[in-house]
Amino acid sequence: MTEMEQVKSHVERKSRNWFDEHAPQIRELKFTLYLLRQSPMVVAGFVLVALFIGMAIFAPWIAPHGPEERFWNLPQQPPSWRFPFGTDTTGGDIYSRIIWGSRLDLTIALTVVASAILVGSVLGAISGFMGRAFDEALMRVTDVFLAFPALILAMAVAAALGRNLTNLTIALMVVWWPTYARLVRGQVLAEKERLYVDAARAVGAGPARIIFRHVLPNSIFPVIVQATLDLGGVILTAAGLSFIGFGAGAGVAEWGLMIADGRSYLFQSPWIACFPGLAILLSSLALNLIGDGLRDVLDPRLRR
Amino acid sequence: MPEAILQIRNLKTYFYTYAGVVRALEGIDLDVYQGETLGLVGETGCGKSVTSLSIMRLVADPPGKIVDGQVIYKGEDLLKKSEAEMQQIRGNKITMVFQDPMTFLNPVLTIGDQVSEVIAIHENLALDVVRSKIDECENAIKQLDPKSPDRERLMNRVKELEALKDKPPKYSRREMKKAAIRRTIEVLKLVQMPSPEKVIKQYPHELSGGMRQRAIIAMALSCSPDLLIADEPTTSLDVTIQAQILALLSELKKKIGSSILIITHDMGIVAEICDRVSVMYAGNVIETAETKALFKNPLHPYTQGLLKAIPKLHRDVEELEIIPGSVPNLIYPPSGCRFHPRCPFRMDICDKEFPPFIEIEPGHSVACYLYKEKK
Repeated sequence: MTEMEQVKSHVERKSRNWFDEHAPQIRELKFTLYLLRQSPMVVAGFVLVALFIGMAIFAPWIAPHGPEERFWNLPQQPPSWRFPFGTDTTGGDIYSRIIWGSRLDLTIALTVVASAILVGSVLGAISGFMGRAFDEALMRVTDVFLAFPALILAMAVAAALGRNLTNLTIALMVVWWPTYARLVRGQVLAEKERLYVDAARAVGAGPARIIFRHVLPNSIFPVIVQATLDLGGVILTAAGLSFIGFGAGAGVAEWGLMIADGRSYLFQSPWIACFPGLAILLSSLALNLIGDGLRDVLDPRLRR
Repeated sequence: MPEAILQIRNLKTYFYTYAGVVRALEGIDLDVYQGETLGLVGETGCGKSVTSLSIMRLVADPPGKIVDGQVIYKGEDLLKKSEAEMQQIRGNKITMVFQDPMTFLNPVLTIGDQVSEVIAIHENLALDVVRSKIDECENAIKQLDPKSPDRERLMNRVKELEALKDKPPKYSRREMKKAAIRRTIEVLKLVQMPSPEKVIKQYPHELSGGMRQRAIIAMALSCSPDLLIADEPTTSLDVTIQAQILALLSELKKKIGSSILIITHDMGIVAEICDRVSVMYAGNVIETAETKALFKNPLHPYTQGLLKAIPKLHRDVEELEIIPGSVPNLIYPPSGCRFHPRCPFRMDICDKEFPPFIEIEPGHSVACYLYKEKK
């Protein structure tokens, strides 16, 4: 092939890089972003999310102190220039700990939602497309999962596995995938009756190709919306579980745990619980704003 | 008579529904000859589309089931083939153009993706890659200074590539995709798609109805099939586009040498492009003839009624004749000839048994007792 590379220099050919090849997809993406920009709420959501992601990525440079650094002689200090959000009961800088905490909470949210989408949509798509026994079996399984309140089930799983962040993540994954399986199954059931599926069959495509190349991409828009909304939901649930004691071990900079630490001093030193609470509120609010915006924009009926 | 490329014998397709068994096809016989256009006409619900789906083995199961018969394509019975073997035939040897171009194309894939997919499934693209590389080298040689030392090396490279033609190596997905796209552009040019280079990057919603139908025809013809089944290909298009698409179909038929089975309820389309016509009524083929013979001398009372119901330009008629009654319920079809309750020439024997297919003159057969004695 090296020879061919040399030959190419002699041949007039259009440079075909990745961007050229994916021009149509990029064009659609740009249009979607253009539509999203029309809504101030979505823009606000994006700005906030960007802020939180930036916080998570650049935590070592932004945070003035380490996540577990303690000023033992300065506990429960009110907000000041030195400690913008005050200090907690053990003298940790709440401002720094919130920044470090964004790393943990965003990672949990992303991992849980990503794996739930992966497992849920593959199983849901196969279930919806194949139907019959597999569909019936899988749907009864999801029924079992959905019969429990999400928080209770996650608590049970986390309790069974032991108290740490990895197990918390696993517990949330177990709780979250059935939602996606159901969502995708419903979409696939509707999409598989469409004519282009018959058309794909008529040109000799096999079932795997039809499911993953034709039907699934058509069913994915509601999943994107649901995923954005769920990111906020997972942050809330994870914090909730940490708050009641399933999750991060004592002293870890995690938002839910920080609230739990401050709850006994809510009246003497409200800043200990309030600022982490604000972080949770803002991050899940921002994700919900984006999710709502996406729902409007990605709905093909409203689109053109 | 040329060789029959597709022979359907006694094909029966039933649908098992809650209300009962719908006998959609009750033993139809049909021949499609090499290089001809056969029209399949009949009113809504008479089993035209089920016929085409049965040939492709695409009848939804459940509730549908092909219960009996043979579909012989080049000496082999398609009904006995496995699903994997059918996937090899669909899109490659026998292809289909559906009725509604709006919903036939996948909205989230570009036209280029969809047409090249068919090519990628069925064609050996590695050979295409080798060919395009040879072309590239030869172009380079032409542009080079004859004395350049590179020239010698390129000549050798061409020889090397020529040798690869017999047994092309496995190329990367990227190169295969490029080859598929090149083929796609060729096919789109073939169906006279305006500016194909632009269209392959567009989504279905960005195209007009006529362009979409052209894209669909391109998909169907991309692997030069032996038989193209067109299920009401022009129903949802306006008349000017209709005329263009029909002209295109007959032109491509000549170029590629495919046979076409065109399903329609429009006698105008039949007259325009079909060589032969089969008329269906309630799950049976009741008359088959060459187009001219059928229009000049329709034999079956149903065919006669059908032709009388078409408005004529050169005659001023107050009211068109209609066929009294309506299409029978196929769960409880009439006994004997299924047309007998509506037939003006009904005889005693008609409700006893289905009439045999009688060849009145060469190439013109009819299933009706009226002609039994005459023969």
